[in-house]
Amino acid sequence: MDFKNYQTEGFFDEMFAADGEARPHYKKLLERFERLDPEDFDQKRQAVGLSFMRAGITFTVYSDDQGTERIMPFDLIPRIIPNSEWNFLERGLKQRITALNLFLKDIYHEQKILKDGVIPPSYVLGAKNFRREIVGIHVPRDIYIHICGTDLIRDDKGEYLVLEDNGRCPSGVSYVLEDRNAMRRAFPNLFPRAGVRPVEHYAEQLLKMLQYINPNTERTPVVGVLTPGAYNSAYFEHCFLARQMGVEIVEGRDLVVRDFKVYMRTTKGLQQIDVIYRRIDDDFIDPSVFNPKSILGVPGIVNAIRAGNITLANALGTGVADDKVMYYFVPRMIKYYLGEDPILKQVDTYLASEKEDFDFIIENIEKLVVKAANEAGGYGMLLGPWATKEECAKFREMVKADPRNFIAQNPISLSRHPTYCDNGDFEGRHIDLRPYILYGEDITIIPGGLTRVALRKGSLVVNSSQGGGVKDTWVLYNDE
Amino acid sequence: MLSRVADSLYWMARYIERAENITRLLEVNLQLLLDFEHLDDNQVKEHWDPIIRATGDEKQFYELYEMADSQTVTDFLTFNTKNPNSVLACIFAARENARQVRDQISSEIFESLNNLYLFLRSANAKTVWQQGAWDFYDRIQEHSHLFQGLVSSTISRDEGYEFMQFGTYMERADKTTRILDVKYHMLLPDITDVGGAVDVAQWIALLKSASAFEAYHRIYVADVNPAKIAEFLIFSNSFPRSIRFCVKEINDVLHRISGCPLASFSNEAERLSGLLLGDLSYGSVEGVLNQGLHEYLDGIQARLNEIGASTYNAYMFQPPVDLAEEIQTQQQQQ
Repeated sequence: MDFKNYQTEGFFDEMFAADGEARPHYKKLLERFERLDPEDFDQKRQAVGLSFMRAGITFTVYSDDQGTERIMPFDLIPRIIPNSEWNFLERGLKQRITALNLFLKDIYHEQKILKDGVIPPSYVLGAKNFRREIVGIHVPRDIYIHICGTDLIRDDKGEYLVLEDNGRCPSGVSYVLEDRNAMRRAFPNLFPRAGVRPVEHYAEQLLKMLQYINPNTERTPVVGVLTPGAYNSAYFEHCFLARQMGVEIVEGRDLVVRDFKVYMRTTKGLQQIDVIYRRIDDDFIDPSVFNPKSILGVPGIVNAIRAGNITLANALGTGVADDKVMYYFVPRMIKYYLGEDPILKQVDTYLASEKEDFDFIIENIEKLVVKAANEAGGYGMLLGPWATKEECAKFREMVKADPRNFIAQNPISLSRHPTYCDNGDFEGRHIDLRPYILYGEDITIIPGGLTRVALRKGSLVVNSSQGGGVKDTWVLYNDE
Repeated sequence: MLSRVADSLYWMARYIERAENITRLLEVNLQLLLDFEHLDDNQVKEHWDPIIRATGDEKQFYELYEMADSQTVTDFLTFNTKNPNSVLACIFAARENARQVRDQISSEIFESLNNLYLFLRSANAKTVWQQGAWDFYDRIQEHSHLFQGLVSSTISRDEGYEFMQFGTYMERADKTTRILDVKYHMLLPDITDVGGAVDVAQWIALLKSASAFEAYHRIYVADVNPAKIAEFLIFSNSFPRSIRFCVKEINDVLHRISGCPLASFSNEAERLSGLLLGDLSYGSVEGVLNQGLHEYLDGIQARLNEIGASTYNAYMFQPPVDLAEEIQTQQQQQ
């Protein structure tokens, strides 16, 4: 396999510099691939796909009554991050999550940041995911976001930018571990030679963190993973994490609240549970407080939280930090709480609810990326430069109708990475990066994370629901 | 262990055992047909009817098909997912249950079951079956054996293991009663045929359906005698598919789950299984034949069902939470 025909086409390419020379940290990988003949490559590719299918590492697409199980498209060429670059990212991410947790503690208690006029109170108190129900409630160790999946992108100069913080139930970490597993089988000898930092300790760190937030400190906590059930598209991941940690996987119907304590319904009667890694959104978790129609949740779990008998990870109410309007204020939060300048930059953002920005957005909508403040998964988004006139007009009306719910950003030309394409050759495809951050006794980040790749030519949307795939992400011990 | 998990483990094991037994029943009877010459439609129907009756799904069969013949019966019991007890439906259900408890079983078990599932869902499955039903059924049986081997070699001997064993032996006991009952429904062409070639062929097929042909002959050398066959499949204390053997395992498993000593009982399921085991341990084939084999087997099936129901009540059943009431109670405490 070679890269003779490979073109960077003026984009920032992760593997090749503008002059066509491979970057130093990709040299060993390049050598290995150049020694690989296309048949071998194809065989490895199919073997990896088959092993995912067999192990049931799939997500379910419901297009017919049975549901079709698909594997996440996996690209064999890993994305590589040199050590010093990673150290920089790590520092930036730690700073950011520290500020976000201080922010959440503040707005659910004293609200100093609002009183000091750093953020207009209406933005926070009127946010869709601000949970009045938990104001003044103490959460163990004052941690709200225990597990964070921050999306990073690189612009046309290769500078890393934060695109969004996912502080609710970020998914995808099982792919990081399973993809690594698959790569190890496909290229067993390459790993020691390239000097790749391991990721396998994630589940151990996750469990340690969950035990650290035990509300009932007089005893060893019983930990569980709360899943919406086997029909959820991320069910594989929930089981995977529970199995790796050796903890129970529970559904809402397995739990019941009595005397402000949460119990599991077992063959030997009720057993108390102390810490829940929940993969159900706030809205569905307690029908006695939030959505009363939810059958996924546990009535009374909020009462148990108030009584201090159970900890949820992530805590209730973190969704406000995911609000894209709040994103705008994160650099100010860092400055306010930590007295530091943000290490990681983020994308310049316009708030439709500010008069000046509003006018700018309405006039320039076809040049901007417009996003709904509380949507995820690549939905509720307008890519102005690629959109039709009708789509632009539609979004213009939507923004006018509900300015608080929209932001706009200048389009970023995402970095690209050589990716195997159906035509049998490598072509550049846009990528992003989602590192997984754990906030417990200390902050840990597994080296790497999930590199998502937009497999459609020219596409900037990396979400799996919209034609995205994944790559293994290597963080090296060294810089080359 | 979560009650829901115990229930899923039980059904996973039970469905696999069920699929295996159905394939054996079909395979053997397809073979048996080859031994007869010139069967007319009616004779073919008389051959298959007892099998449909023995599986207990007669009513549903005749809702879906007009006529019992090799094609319709094998389709009904193999591929038709409208029949919840077809091989395909069983394997799909087993795999679905495995998915619900993926964190409790070894990845080897899940992968082997998932492989079988992917094979059955592929277009290839029907082709393999058309090319030779034997190969197809063998494959299912091999996977069932693989499953049991993996359970034995990759699962810790804790509660989850016991619930799987419970499922396997409950299904096996039930299916042995049904296989034995097939012969009751099979009519011989003529009363003088008793003990004749057709009769013997049918009894041999029955033994094979229960994987008991070789084991039987090791004890009763070359003597195909109905009373002895019934005695072997009901009362053998060493053959692992005899009803007595299965019930002994069921009784042991139930006592291991509760920790109650074997000679006593701590719940209704243990009392019933102990009682049934006593009857099987001290019963005789003469008594069975006096009562009538079919009636006797019917009684055993009913008692197994009671053991299943009371085990469900003891461990798996959780009184449904009245969501509206629960919400109201919790809101009053806010």
